[in-house]
Amino acid sequence: MDLIAAIFVTPFASMWDNPQFVIEVIIGGLLAGVMYSLVALGFVLIYKASGVFNFAQGTMVLFAALTFVGLLERGVPLILAFVIAGAVMVLIGIAIERLMLRPLVNQEQIILFMATIGLAFFLDGFGQLVWGGDVHPLDIGIPKKPLIIGGVLINQFDLVAAAVAGTLVAGLALFFQRTAIGRALRAVADDHQAAQSVGIPLRFIWVIVWSVAGIVGLVAGIMWGSNLGVQFSISLVALKALPVLMLGGFTSVPGAIVGGLIVGVGEKVAEVFWGPALGGAIEDWFAYVLALAFLLIRPQGLFGERIIERV
Amino acid sequence: MLYREVGQFKASYAADEAIFPIRQDRVLIAAALAFAYLVIPAIASDYWLLTIMVPFLVYALAALGLNLLTGYAGQVSLGTGGFMAVGAFATYKLATAFPGLNIVPILLLAGIITAFVGVLFGFPSLRIKGFYLAVATLAAQFFLIWLFNKFPWFYNYSASGVISAPPRALFGNVYVTGAEADPRARYLFVLTVVALLALAAKNLVRGRIGRAWMAIRDMDIAAEIIGVRPLQTKLLAFAISSFYCGIAGAMWAFIYTSAVEASAFEVDRSFQILFMIIIGGLGSILGSFLGAAFIVLLPTFLDLGPRFFGSELPVNVLTNLEAMIFGALIVLFLIIEPRGLARLWQIGKEKLRLWPFPH
Amino acid sequence: MTVADAAAAPILEVSRIGMSFGGIQALSGVSLSIAPREILAIIGPNGAGKTSLLNVINGFYHPQQGEIRWKGEIRRRPQPYEAARRGIARTFQNVALFRGMTTLDNIMSGRLMRMRRNFLWQAIRIGPAEREELEHRAFVERIIDFLEIQAIRKVPVGQLAYGLQKRVELGRALAMEPELLLLDEPMAGMNVEEKEDMCRFILDVNEEFGTAIALIEHDMGVVMDISGRVAVLDYGRKIADGSPAEVRADPAVIAAYLGLER
Repeated sequence: MDLIAAIFVTPFASMWDNPQFVIEVIIGGLLAGVMYSLVALGFVLIYKASGVFNFAQGTMVLFAALTFVGLLERGVPLILAFVIAGAVMVLIGIAIERLMLRPLVNQEQIILFMATIGLAFFLDGFGQLVWGGDVHPLDIGIPKKPLIIGGVLINQFDLVAAAVAGTLVAGLALFFQRTAIGRALRAVADDHQAAQSVGIPLRFIWVIVWSVAGIVGLVAGIMWGSNLGVQFSISLVALKALPVLMLGGFTSVPGAIVGGLIVGVGEKVAEVFWGPALGGAIEDWFAYVLALAFLLIRPQGLFGERIIERV
Repeated sequence: MLYREVGQFKASYAADEAIFPIRQDRVLIAAALAFAYLVIPAIASDYWLLTIMVPFLVYALAALGLNLLTGYAGQVSLGTGGFMAVGAFATYKLATAFPGLNIVPILLLAGIITAFVGVLFGFPSLRIKGFYLAVATLAAQFFLIWLFNKFPWFYNYSASGVISAPPRALFGNVYVTGAEADPRARYLFVLTVVALLALAAKNLVRGRIGRAWMAIRDMDIAAEIIGVRPLQTKLLAFAISSFYCGIAGAMWAFIYTSAVEASAFEVDRSFQILFMIIIGGLGSILGSFLGAAFIVLLPTFLDLGPRFFGSELPVNVLTNLEAMIFGALIVLFLIIEPRGLARLWQIGKEKLRLWPFPH
Repeated sequence: MTVADAAAAPILEVSRIGMSFGGIQALSGVSLSIAPREILAIIGPNGAGKTSLLNVINGFYHPQQGEIRWKGEIRRRPQPYEAARRGIARTFQNVALFRGMTTLDNIMSGRLMRMRRNFLWQAIRIGPAEREELEHRAFVERIIDFLEIQAIRKVPVGQLAYGLQKRVELGRALAMEPELLLLDEPMAGMNVEEKEDMCRFILDVNEEFGTAIALIEHDMGVVMDISGRVAVLDYGRKIADGSPAEVRADPAVIAAYLGLER
């Protein structure tokens, strides 16, 4: 009886009583969602262009952040550290293309997926070997004081994160739609063989995509690291990006954003209002169940491409 | 020339349909079973039995279960750990609720309970396919582990949160679980369970159910036009696979670690078992065993390596190095032989047909 | 050519079928019937809606208008596996075989509808499951003999030549013991000898098992030789339906194929 009330009545009652609090939670969730979207963006890029589901995206985020923080700690100035870390990610992109993608070029998706899991293990160990396993606090000057706008408490940091994500997305969207390389990327995502047969240099495209994904990962890593400190658990964030992708569809940049927002809000609201009734830590699984429910209605995600099977 | 089928004529369909039609295969299997049952208990140390053989067999069983679902029926699942946890906790609750009940019916019941849970989480597979399904199974994985951590009913409200598996005898005073259990008894029990279930799996996949699963895997649209019912076939795959994983989880908790804890069945366990079937070979019973052996033995070799060269690396460096080598090996393996060790084994047999001639 | 039981009630009747995808009208107002034991050829220019029509009969597509009657009963929104269980078998333009399986297993999969033993018997195998398996194996071996593909029994179908794959696919359809066989361009990509073999198989199936056959075919020689009746589709509409000689002389058909001004 208590449980039923706790699920169906109490949360709505407390929402009704504190509308401002609800708005705060929602905004907090939106902004948290933006962070998920940043990571999901990297996934989508790679999937769109190489058809590979890159399980190592989270590890790439961590590795990029570790490199950045490591350089800062050794006294390298901010901008230079960013550039060097970015260059490192490009190098990693080149290495991945040469050593992993090229030999596996015609294999099925599941094989490539497993290869990215192997890559994740490798980068994990490598990153921690080079930079150590401790938590590295990261502060690049993003203001953290909360603001009060219209009676609602908002975190400045989250706003900056939202702005960064927005810029990235706008830039990427323009890139895909307007430039020649963007068009080539979309062709490659559709059909590798056809793209090659019209002269698109597959390998070069892949290097570009993985490097861009690496740099997106660097940005995401810096944002997450400023928030939480750069540590191992960041790579676990990648697992959270999966329900974002499920919701938004694996092939859609706007889908990654919208999916991230929905997951962010859903999680926060569920944890705050329903969590106590169910013992807490709902965030462990809520995002997945939410995504699963969405998928049952729309199996390709909100913005994903409809898979039409022809015989 | 060792592996020729020359002279082995099949005079009936029954002979052609035998489980091991080639005589050399029959000999090999008989030898392997004899070795496992007679030689190993005699010569292996307790350490080897308990830390290598028992976990190998338990892993192999879980890998077998996952292979039926993912390798034969084509439904990618990342929820293996969760299903193993269901088996472990079901066994715990049954064992403590019915102190007089023998371990064998307990295991069977636990497997059946896990099968039901598997079917429940298998329903989405009708609408959702491929990677989306894999991610959906993660929902099962995370939810189940959260469930077992959050609700004290599952661990009988134990204050310490660490529960150990109660002792159970197979018959008489031959204990297979609990502190008194003899390592040999444990090993032989697990060996028998796994051998029987492997035989059942082999029979399933070479009969009509295996064919229906492979049809769904290869082209589920075409499967429908020959009259296969997709929902029933997929749910049966989830059920049987979960049954196997549940029993594997139960044996993991009760016979291998003697502790029932949800943390043993987290998402990295699911990935580990997926690795095993990819490396061992999707869609191969033998492959499940080979993959399990590979992954169980790999850390042992990685540990021995540096020691062999006379250096002792600090632990954290060693762990990171292990992770790097493991990751690199996975990628290397997938490049060299994506169809896994089972395929390499087959190629080896093909070569044996001709040896000592090159072609 | 066997004489179709023209007087008997048709086993399949489609009436005024209308089917559109988005903006494209694939079929409009198509009515057709197939008598038992009949060989009907469906011809028409590319894009005329021939495969769509087969997909509708099969249950893959659900038409927005019209109805389908199977042996007199109306079927609403049938699923493909229901069509299969009612006795309709199908082959495809692009050969929908199970690439991971051997020829034998592929054709055996055509018997899956009729194999009943539950999974417990299957797990034990010895006993009823084994007997059932052998019984069906014997049936499938007769089909293999009939189609002369004994030598490739254990070859994974992905490795077979295209012509052989088409034969295996026919074998799988025959294993279902269908009353109506839908063949989508069964002779595409074959040379003269292979076509003659395939024609012979089709005629034998029709004579020996009494199976009604509807086939989509582009080779006019084949159509004229083996079919008892021909239906012509163009732009989603049926423009002719009659004996091969009648259809050949029909001015509308000639206009459609040769593109004369309307």
